[in-house]
Amino acid sequence: MTDLPPPATQPPVSPQIGVDEWVRRSGERIVGPRGALGVVVRAAERTPRIVLLAAFVGLTAAIPALTTNQYIVGVAADTMLYVLLAVGLNVAVGWAGLLDLGYIAFYGFAAYLYAELSSGHYNIHWPTWQSVPLVIAATILLGFVLALPSRRLSGDYLAIVTLFFLEIFNNFTNNGYAWNWLGFGATHDVTGGPTGLTNVDPFHAFGHALTNRPADYLWVALAGFAVIAVALTYANKSRTGRAWRALREDPLAAELMGMPVKWLMLLAVAVGAGVAGFAGTVNAAYYQGVFPTTFYFPLLITVYAMTILGGAGSLGGVALGAIIVNVLLEVLRAPDHARWVFYALAIAGLLVKLRPWRVLAGVLAGLAAFGVVVHAIVAAVWPRGVGGPIAVGPTSFTTHGFLATVIRHWMVLPKHTYTVDNFRLGNYAFVIVIGCVLACTVVKGWRRWVLLVPTLWGAAFVWENVLIEQAPTTRPLLLGVILIVLMATRPAGLFGQTRVEIV
Amino acid sequence: MSGVLAFQLYDWHYLFSELVAGVTIGSLYALIALGYTMVYGVLKLLNFAHGDVYMVGAYIGWFVLTALGAPLTPSVPLVPLLVLVFAAAMAGCAVLGVVIERFAYRPLRSAPRIAPLISALGVSFFLQQTGVLLWGATPRTYDTFDLHHGVLFKDITVGNFTIAYVQIFVFLAAAVLMLALTLFVWRTRTGKAMRAVSVDPEAASMMGIDVDRVISVTFLLGSALAGAAGVMTGIVYQNLNPYMGFGAGLKAFTAAVVGGIGNIGGAMLGGLLIGIAETFTSGYLSSQFQDLIVFSLLVVFMLFRPTGIRGTPILQKV
Repeated sequence: MTDLPPPATQPPVSPQIGVDEWVRRSGERIVGPRGALGVVVRAAERTPRIVLLAAFVGLTAAIPALTTNQYIVGVAADTMLYVLLAVGLNVAVGWAGLLDLGYIAFYGFAAYLYAELSSGHYNIHWPTWQSVPLVIAATILLGFVLALPSRRLSGDYLAIVTLFFLEIFNNFTNNGYAWNWLGFGATHDVTGGPTGLTNVDPFHAFGHALTNRPADYLWVALAGFAVIAVALTYANKSRTGRAWRALREDPLAAELMGMPVKWLMLLAVAVGAGVAGFAGTVNAAYYQGVFPTTFYFPLLITVYAMTILGGAGSLGGVALGAIIVNVLLEVLRAPDHARWVFYALAIAGLLVKLRPWRVLAGVLAGLAAFGVVVHAIVAAVWPRGVGGPIAVGPTSFTTHGFLATVIRHWMVLPKHTYTVDNFRLGNYAFVIVIGCVLACTVVKGWRRWVLLVPTLWGAAFVWENVLIEQAPTTRPLLLGVILIVLMATRPAGLFGQTRVEIV
Repeated sequence: MSGVLAFQLYDWHYLFSELVAGVTIGSLYALIALGYTMVYGVLKLLNFAHGDVYMVGAYIGWFVLTALGAPLTPSVPLVPLLVLVFAAAMAGCAVLGVVIERFAYRPLRSAPRIAPLISALGVSFFLQQTGVLLWGATPRTYDTFDLHHGVLFKDITVGNFTIAYVQIFVFLAAAVLMLALTLFVWRTRTGKAMRAVSVDPEAASMMGIDVDRVISVTFLLGSALAGAAGVMTGIVYQNLNPYMGFGAGLKAFTAAVVGGIGNIGGAMLGGLLIGIAETFTSGYLSSQFQDLIVFSLLVVFMLFRPTGIRGTPILQKV
């Protein structure tokens, strides 16, 4: 302790007027993504927003020109709807920090209202330039009204009231084919009930109508996204946007600073509802129908997973999150593609997470050896347990390709797929693997690396024998996992900022 | 006012049967609501996954019941059978609850408040879909109608009023469990620690209370009660499916809010109220729009009494 640092020769940089030391250095406490992801994020941050938006819109708009495959264009159109939804949810969840669980009900409300105004149900066929603004205005109003009860309540109650509304909306749409003012009036069909409303008009105005080609709605959604993204970017930079973020960080402090906290909450929910309103009209027109099962809990979880994965609070992040999640879910439909994605993601994850390289090499070698050894043991003890078919599609089971050959010699594939035995084995393995994954997060040091080998092999076993064939369940399962894992490991998502506040 | 409604209001037999049905389902809601309210009390977290723990409890009960040969050829008498089923479901759910807390919520203690809520949504959805994956989406049934010659579903008739044994059983079992919980919270050291943590976790930890342990115990007890409620649901209403947790969880959660979230007595009261309100709504007004009416009433209720019947006003401290 003899050589103290020499006294500063220069006078310390004095803080700006109105900015104290703590505020001046707040940038240093923000930790951005590190590594390769960090490079991408920083490059994206340096590029002007408008350039990024133009590039995105240009590329997406060109998709129908680049491919004749209508499936791909359809997926692109679906994805744009999700992008719109995620961007709208980001206003309430990402910026204002409010848990808006009725968000999907706003989306559904708009879709239903558009369907009522432009279908044969009441034989009303409003032109789109009248119906869409009206629907959006009504949805914004609904957002205001719904957030009103939570105006005088603390944060959690917004979640409760909006969740109630989602339930009310679902109950109403499912049973609204026999709406009778609760027994005090004549029964009439409002929502079409479980079969929904069909034969909804496409977007049409001034004598022109869109076809039901996915490309048309891709462009409509894209144009809407461009306008909304620009508007929201300005809103985020505005006084209101800053106030929202203050509300998110600490509602009480924000209120003490004289911010109209309640008004800001209402506004955040309403703005989000407005975006969902536009997406709802596009949804109803694109699918030419609305169905009650669409607008419920699973969709809510999907949109939340997108927002959280991308990084709540970052407009580009949530848009990208929506694209990643939806494309991933689409890929999972085809076992052939899903298998490649699974192994690629697993290996990429190991490459990123396992340091130093000796551990990585050890785990990979152990994994290969473990599979071969288990395969040999099972082949000796229970011959029926190996050499079963590899799932390549919902109906056909054949084997081909390099990956299939590797799996055949490395993985235990019991022979009678779609029988009780196989499922039961897979079910037990599923539960055991979850236990192993949880154990991996607890144990430390070399034990973790040792445990990782059977865990990963077990995960691959469950994947090959259960999950890949049960895509309709695997997809939502994955969304739940995304939410849990991200919250525990990286709450900021891929592109959000992790703020390290030490007070 | 519709004629049916006016007629039914004077039908005391109908009123009584509706009331009994309401109390039965209300007892179940109350049991589940206790888990919500206890967790909210100590963690200030809306544990959305609790309803799905209840679903898992119902399935564990079904598996034990089936393994013991019930309902057609039960290998043990009725009372040990019920004890085994309840014990297995409660133990299984208790473990599940503690594991969920340990891995999904504990890492988020110091995170912003929205983080554990989103994690809870994820856990809820994960459990639900795991149920679909492991047990299939088609409903299973307890078939307790046939158990030991249908003794559970025999009626007691007093004058014009009838009540089934199983309804009495559910009400009594729920009452016993709630009494046990109340005694635990008010008469034991751990219960005292729990109350201390719910008032102020930081101060409690300074007083030498192991806050993590108390939170684990809270999850353990709440989830065990949910498991018991799951088995009772199976015994009374027969059907179970992986999606049952969401609806029942939402109602129970509502009961906790109505009673004043964080308040144990309030949760019991709220559960009974919601159960009765629900059966009366479907019995007298509209069974199709039961949820719509109940939840709309709740939104209005919360507007005027946000802290519930027995909740204390929320004081914000800086």
